[in-house]
Amino acid sequence: MEGHSQYTPKSGFARWLERRLPILSFVHDSFVAYPTPKNLNYMWVFGAILSFMLVAQIVTGVVLAMHYTPETTLAFDSVEKIMRDVNWGTVLRYAHANGASMFFLAVYIHIFRGMYYGSYKDPREVLWILGVIIFLLMMATGFLGYVLPWGQMSFWAATVITNLFSAIPVVGTSITTWLLGGYSVDNPTLNRFYALHYLVPFIIVAIVILHVWALHVTGQNNPSGVEVKNIKRDTVPFTPYATFKDAVGIAAFLVVYAWLAFFVPNYLGHPDNYIEANPLVTPPHIVPEWYFLPFYAILRAIPNKLLGVIALFSSILITAALPWLDTSKVKSAVYRPLFRKEFWVFLAVCIGLGYLGAQPAEGAFLWFARVFSAYYFLHFLVILPIIGKIEKPEPVPESIEASIGRGETSHV
Amino acid sequence: MTSKEAAAKPAEPTRRDILYIATGVAAAGAVAGMAWPLIAQMNPDASTLALASTEVDLSAVPEGQIVTVKWRGKPVFIRHRTPAEIKAAEDVQLSELPDPEADAKRVQKPQWLVVIGVCTHLGCIPTGKEGEFNGWFCPCHGSVYDLSGRIRSGPAPTNLEVPPYAFIAENKIKIG
Repeated sequence: MEGHSQYTPKSGFARWLERRLPILSFVHDSFVAYPTPKNLNYMWVFGAILSFMLVAQIVTGVVLAMHYTPETTLAFDSVEKIMRDVNWGTVLRYAHANGASMFFLAVYIHIFRGMYYGSYKDPREVLWILGVIIFLLMMATGFLGYVLPWGQMSFWAATVITNLFSAIPVVGTSITTWLLGGYSVDNPTLNRFYALHYLVPFIIVAIVILHVWALHVTGQNNPSGVEVKNIKRDTVPFTPYATFKDAVGIAAFLVVYAWLAFFVPNYLGHPDNYIEANPLVTPPHIVPEWYFLPFYAILRAIPNKLLGVIALFSSILITAALPWLDTSKVKSAVYRPLFRKEFWVFLAVCIGLGYLGAQPAEGAFLWFARVFSAYYFLHFLVILPIIGKIEKPEPVPESIEASIGRGETSHV
Repeated sequence: MTSKEAAAKPAEPTRRDILYIATGVAAAGAVAGMAWPLIAQMNPDASTLALASTEVDLSAVPEGQIVTVKWRGKPVFIRHRTPAEIKAAEDVQLSELPDPEADAKRVQKPQWLVVIGVCTHLGCIPTGKEGEFNGWFCPCHGSVYDLSGRIRSGPAPTNLEVPPYAFIAENKIKIG
């Protein structure tokens, strides 16, 4: 989109650089003059928060890598050494471990924001799919990182997740052996997980660049779901409006992050991970990190190994098809009375699955997990397509400007 | 394609077409050849393969007890079954089993049950003498195994695997 102001290089050096690499005008157009819809609410600060978290995780991670040893007999002790001996090691490790949780918290809000306001719809399908890819890579990175401290939960998480691939007919066991570099989780596994845990975040950076690029081609969605029609009337420049609003959002988010990292750093962890990995004893109750619990509940809900694994992967991949499963032309739930209700039901189902994933897979828990898993898939495959057909949307405003003051969307 | 373009195209492949294809095939072959070591390096290395067999002296295992030994990095359960346990394992109707297999096919000597102690669901270690059949119970996702290590209920698809082993003496086995 065309910006609010044109970049004109002021200094001699800027003019010299601009003729050779127009990076200054690129930054100006993307992050200063870039037009943002003027009705964005605080749900739109999570993109900036996620960018901040990605950088925070990479910085703390690179520093931790300077003290960590990816070898089965040394890994657990090297993490304890970080905690006890390394200068500021406790802070760095807690910031990184809780940073993963905060990263996922932010990404879930970001995803549900997109679902509520229909941000995945034409013309933002590619933007959405890139987001799904980033989410998948985040899950991979979170899992790989969780294995590195080489505690009991690390070891058994690695065992269970790599064994998911053994459900594949015929070649499954060979694939698992190939992933592990042996017949069970051992030193080769830890070594390669460390290498990949260091690599994948930089792939995420690359996909995030594509994600932001796609965003800047289509422009941001907004609470009204109406596209920008008049840049002067419907938008404000990114700087200072979005820049400072994002800064406020990041600051508020950091309060929660700091509370977690400094006051209850082990609240989201599992005590069993402070027991060194023992390949001969499985802890009586293994659970993944909280951000994987809904998917874990879906896996356990199905009493068949292969189908359980298929359901697990499908539950993530199905979100990529969302732009085509939602048949409504109206983007924002603000003007969709039926979908608006369904959204909250779906959110409750996802949170319910998260709760059930942490409970033992037996009795009533198992039956609720089955009902909720079925609802999860019905939401995407049946409910959304049908709502789009039968729902009578409320009148959509003429423009973003017109939506303001109707009391339906908040101001900048 | 318009008819004009079709007419301009020679009916027979030219020497240049063959060169293009041959170059492409050679390049694809080279890429595959270079990719192979990069992929194959992740498979078990020589030192992992070298640990492929373990010898176990059974004389120290009293009747009714289960010992766990490590083979290829995995636990192997060796269970010295009592006559009552052997009878219970043998008396099961094959039609009751999700993965039907007679007890006699899973043991070489009825008193010694040797199975890999890895749940066939997602690889956890089941705990012994637990579950409905007093065989094994997997704490992760609730699979129940009987006194022959056969799956009876839960998400695991198959029985506990019997590793290749042989009696090298009256009371000694070699696994692998």
